Amino acid sequence: MDFIQLGIGRWLHIISGVMWIGLLYYFNFVQVPALAEAGKDGTGAGITKHVAPRALFWFRWAAVVTWLAGALLLGANFHKAFFFTHHAFYAIGIGAWLGTIMLFNVWVLIWPNQQKILGMKPASDEEKAKARRVAFLASRTNTLLSIPMLFFMAAAGHQGVFFG
Amino acid sequence: MKNPLDSLWGTVICGLVLTLILFMIVNHYIAR
Repeated sequence: MDFIQLGIGRWLHIISGVMWIGLLYYFNFVQVPALAEAGKDGTGAGITKHVAPRALFWFRWAAVVTWLAGALLLGANFHKAFFFTHHAFYAIGIGAWLGTIMLFNVWVLIWPNQQKILGMKPASDEEKAKARRVAFLASRTNTLLSIPMLFFMAAAGHQGVFFG
Repeated sequence: MKNPLDSLWGTVICGLVLTLILFMIVNHYIAR
């Protein structure tokens, strides 16, 4: 049972987490600046039509798998992490909360607004402009939160090294 | 005031500052 929960669970958590955060960094470090550049000569359609929907598919589902695998990994200690009831779970608790906020941002703020931006849902020009700003800020917030989230995920298994 | 999230460097610096603040809080409670 430990092999499934702690072995396979950790492996799945890392693989899906790499895909989630990797695509988040792709959006923020590559796609957003590329689309701003492409907007000047009108060549951004290829990205919004062919690349963004595929990237968003893997991005949002990788986020779900990462969270579920993380919950599997915590198992019976889930409440100790989320409610900070034991000092051994403080670091993973911070990481888990940041990851949960990020998952919320993906499904509640980024994805529904991206559907409007990419024309998957009907929206007026004004609604699209608002959706663009909300999705952008939520994506940037997740990039910001990923920095402490990854620190605390890394620290969780090595609290003796990270904390005095 | 400009929103720091509008720039990539602003976002990264905010992330590092938040990491430091959370580290200090967690370190304080773990060391107690």
